[in-house]
Amino acid sequence: MSSASADHPRDGLGPDLGKVFGPSHADGGPELVQLLTPEGELREHPDFSFDGSIEDVRGFYRDLVLTRRVDTEATALQRQGELGIWAQMLGQEAAQIGSGRALLPQDMAFPTYREHGVAWCRGVDPLNLLGLFRGVDQGAWDPRDNNFGLYTIVIGAQTLHATGYAMGMQRDGVVGTGDPERDAAVIAYFGDGATSQGDVNEAFIFASVFNSPTVFFCQNNQWAISEPIERQSRIPLYQRALGFGFPGIRGDGNDVLACHAVTKAALERAREGSGPTFVEAYTYRMGAHTTTDDPTRYRLSDDLEHWKLKDPIARVEAYLKRGGHADDAFFADVQVESEGVAERLREGCRSMPDPHILDIFEQVYAEQTPELALQKQEYAAYLDSFEGAAQS
Amino acid sequence: MTQITLSRAITAGLRKAMEDDPKVLIMGEDVGKLGGVFRVTDGLQKDFGEDRVIDTPLAESGIIGTAVGLAMRGYRPVCEIQFDGFVYPAYDQIVSQVAKLHFRSMGKLPMPMVIRIPFGGGIGAVEHHSESPEAQFAHTAGLKVVACSNPVDAYWMIQQSIKADDPIVFFEPKGRYWEKADLDESATPLPLFSSRVVAEGTDATLLAYGPKVKTCLEAAIAAADEGRSLEVIDLRTLSPLDLDPVYESVRKTGRAIVVHEAVVNLGMGSEIAARITEDCFHSLEAPVLRVGGFDTPYPASRVEEEYLPDLDRVLDAVDRSLAY
Repeated sequence: MSSASADHPRDGLGPDLGKVFGPSHADGGPELVQLLTPEGELREHPDFSFDGSIEDVRGFYRDLVLTRRVDTEATALQRQGELGIWAQMLGQEAAQIGSGRALLPQDMAFPTYREHGVAWCRGVDPLNLLGLFRGVDQGAWDPRDNNFGLYTIVIGAQTLHATGYAMGMQRDGVVGTGDPERDAAVIAYFGDGATSQGDVNEAFIFASVFNSPTVFFCQNNQWAISEPIERQSRIPLYQRALGFGFPGIRGDGNDVLACHAVTKAALERAREGSGPTFVEAYTYRMGAHTTTDDPTRYRLSDDLEHWKLKDPIARVEAYLKRGGHADDAFFADVQVESEGVAERLREGCRSMPDPHILDIFEQVYAEQTPELALQKQEYAAYLDSFEGAAQS
Repeated sequence: MTQITLSRAITAGLRKAMEDDPKVLIMGEDVGKLGGVFRVTDGLQKDFGEDRVIDTPLAESGIIGTAVGLAMRGYRPVCEIQFDGFVYPAYDQIVSQVAKLHFRSMGKLPMPMVIRIPFGGGIGAVEHHSESPEAQFAHTAGLKVVACSNPVDAYWMIQQSIKADDPIVFFEPKGRYWEKADLDESATPLPLFSSRVVAEGTDATLLAYGPKVKTCLEAAIAAADEGRSLEVIDLRTLSPLDLDPVYESVRKTGRAIVVHEAVVNLGMGSEIAARITEDCFHSLEAPVLRVGGFDTPYPASRVEEEYLPDLDRVLDAVDRSLAY
């Protein structure tokens, strides 16, 4: 496959805004990289191609189905009162699996709070994701275990962390050595709303001027809670990259093959020392912003119906079936496996132990302060002062 | 033994820390070729290279946010915020990320980072160059906050801060950058998070940090001429506070006056006064008094000498305390 280069051809700021935005042009405009159509047909692209095997596509299908199952199960757990809130991924599976599967073990990912599919690709136990939303912890997996950062709620803050981490890789000599086992890159996830944040723009600048191996992966799901993309930008988001001095690519965010190919090219470019790339995965948030949101107040069901026809899973299923690349047993097995994943999630969620108030005093500092030690001691004594108090 | 200014003492401390640990990085605006607007990082880029002394884009949130990523990668960034009043664009990263990552990760992600902030007034500067925002950081759980007052402490405290595994906001009294003292590099420093009695006395206790320690020492000398014996404590650490020496002193003198440039309302003095009252209630002969900035923004420099607490305002507070 060819990789995106700094002089990736584009015809300036040409696209008619009306062609790019709005439900009637939800195809993402003329520069959208698409390798698998919503009907499940392969499509050629002059710059990008999927270089994996059919086995890889079957693997993607499994990832897509299982992570959607995780997402719908977590949504159900919220409805049952087991989670305080859940941020649904529904509709964005291809963007996350395609990009997540393009990462190498030595790469580092910095997520928002919605990257359940990327977490899956990195090997993070989905149960770990629930802790934050159940309120038993604040997402306390160890980022070093799977090279997957902590969920970050403040919009865009993690793009700077990603860029700093990538600057660390440069200093560690793991960029541009030509050794595929050694060279590494960072991917920063964020959404369309985040592109308005100062931190994201500062991250673009730092990554650009220091040429850091950072891939900025923006899932443009068209909505920042209730605000449409038109409230964040008057130009297609991927074109912002040009102003910062690095290439921008818009991929079909519902096409797992395109997301994989585009991200892989961007990551390779970063690992070889050619600097950052902005990838806009053009997709749609099929669910609510979170389980507390009511999208019927601000968007039309027509829009949703339109995007349902572009479902990320259906097109892979159609492709596999039409080409005879997977038999009924394969699809049945994935279905059975997904039920197992859901059951494990249900049981694991309900049996998560609650945190203990006295533990919070220990977690603030690497070296605890005498003040905090005293507060803990005094509060423990207060708890003990109740008759029959049994502290665990 | 060498005579050294406070700014040069920090330079020497930074240099030592960089020699001792290759993971120590310096980042900030103009810290490289120029050596910082106060020349605190002078010569370091020349000796340690552009990868370790990084001239960053003009974006404070970017400086702190990328430092978070570098710290995650195993580095120990020392970030310079050029002036106190320029820290606010980075406030979100400091308060929401730097301060909370250790807690959020339940201890898996330490944030060994130093944020150096030249603070305080008295240098005839324009707006935003003379502020004292230390209480805003001391109020934030997850941060530690220290302030040096003299060259010797500055030399040791910057090195101790860099070695610490927690994020430390390091306040430097820019109005005292040019003060000199003898530095013995072979001495054993006081632990970082400890206050110190810098003048002994029996009639009242003056509590200060950073630029006002010298003011209080001068007040103690002037008071001695009138036969009053003032104890002066350099707090040095603002979060955590080290108040045991303060309690001991107040139990002896029965009177305490906290002095800082920051506005009095909800400043460090408020917390210190409350704690002294809780711990030393029966020893107090007078309420704990506070001398500090008025509840206004920092004023134009032609009136700053009146705005800043000086020797006379400190002695006036001593008079009021003794009059109780």
